[in-house]
Amino acid sequence: MAGTIVDIELQLLIDAIYQKYHYDFRGYARASLKRRLALAATRFGCSTLSQLQHRVLHDAATFTQLLGYLTVPVSEMFRDPEHFRSVRQNVVPFLRTYPSLKVWIAGCSTGEEVYSVAILLREENLLQRTLIYATDINAHSLQIASTGIYEAARIPAFTDSHRKSGAPNSLSDYYTAAYGRAVFDKSFRKHIVFADHSLATDSVFAEVQLILCRNVLIYFNRELQDRAIGLFRDALCRKGFLCIGSKESIRFSSHASDFEAVDAEHRIFRKRDAP
Amino acid sequence: MRQIDAVVIGASAGGVEGLSVLLPALPATLRVPVFIVLHLPREHRSLLSEIFARKCALRVSEAEDKAPVGRGCVYFAPPDYHLLLDEGPRLALSVDEPVHFSRPSIDVLFESASELYRQHLLGIILTGASQDGADGLAAVREAGGITVVQQPNGTYESQMAAAALKLGPVDYVLPLDGIAGLIRSLPAIDLR
Repeated sequence: MAGTIVDIELQLLIDAIYQKYHYDFRGYARASLKRRLALAATRFGCSTLSQLQHRVLHDAATFTQLLGYLTVPVSEMFRDPEHFRSVRQNVVPFLRTYPSLKVWIAGCSTGEEVYSVAILLREENLLQRTLIYATDINAHSLQIASTGIYEAARIPAFTDSHRKSGAPNSLSDYYTAAYGRAVFDKSFRKHIVFADHSLATDSVFAEVQLILCRNVLIYFNRELQDRAIGLFRDALCRKGFLCIGSKESIRFSSHASDFEAVDAEHRIFRKRDAP
Repeated sequence: MRQIDAVVIGASAGGVEGLSVLLPALPATLRVPVFIVLHLPREHRSLLSEIFARKCALRVSEAEDKAPVGRGCVYFAPPDYHLLLDEGPRLALSVDEPVHFSRPSIDVLFESASELYRQHLLGIILTGASQDGADGLAAVREAGGITVVQQPNGTYESQMAAAALKLGPVDYVLPLDGIAGLIRSLPAIDLR
């Protein structure tokens, strides 16, 4: 794949971004990154990635916009309801045994997954003793996440998924609808810390019992995946849980043997005791 | 003669029937990978790969992120994920926004595969009712790969094939058995 002009331009662009803005996309999976950059170049009216590089280097506002193209996969609440159902069945009973809980949602984007987890924990009577760390590299996404406000048009799909996740209550118990938006209960915010954190460049910041990082690892190459999964292993307490996306795998990671499957189909793993 | 290293297939409405003819016709001796995007209503678990695995001589599975590409393996894009190819070659998935309202998108697969396999790619569009696939097939052609469109037979909607044809010439317009014959002749195609 190396050697074409586009590949050279792509490499130069992500090096430039790293040197100027310290955002590290060097370990991102190339096929998706290439597609996103090509799309961004078109939207910025640039005919080549070199042109885009020029603009990004000389105009910080362009970079902020570009970051949006590079980092925001569309998220939704209770995506893959069966996954959350499995968390209720297979993970929650263990979480109940801890007097206090810390949960890390890595790559939380605009927060849909964060509120899903917070709601689930409230329904399981665990939220009052939980602190959720929700991290992302995109400050704008984190800002949206911290408001807990979503378009009302998205709520029916969220409601359906929430119900399918085995919820005892209705999603409408947790938000107020007004002016075409749904505002999630402010009380959730007391249990959530939103923070800037990069799986590519930052390190472990807390010991946690549960990590969710779903559909983030697909954007990383194997080396960066290894780094991220290594961070997860180090952040998890003994026998802590790791949830990844339903089509993601830790099989190809060098840390694969550090985890055992709790629910292989829904990609829920548990940290193994060190031998 | 052209050496072909991979096959990509895109299908929409009516595609299941097309694939039911095409895939079982492929021999266990096929040495190239086959990647498939089939538009289906969104659902959380697809039985496609299991259904086809029973009918096929080849190994059929749903694509898993970062899995190395195996020769003679057939991969379906999972519902609600784009399927791409990365160096290795390895499978790559994304949840980027839908293209032509489709995720998985045929364009995304075809464009990504043609970047990797260049002129050694065979791209096939089966019948369907979608714009998705036309740009992808154009990308295959521009990279020097071989392009095939299923002959519209009037039975199924043929908007997809028509959209693909509108974007430029294709190397073959064939009925399903003709397409099966072409794949059976791989890894080399004797271009007429």
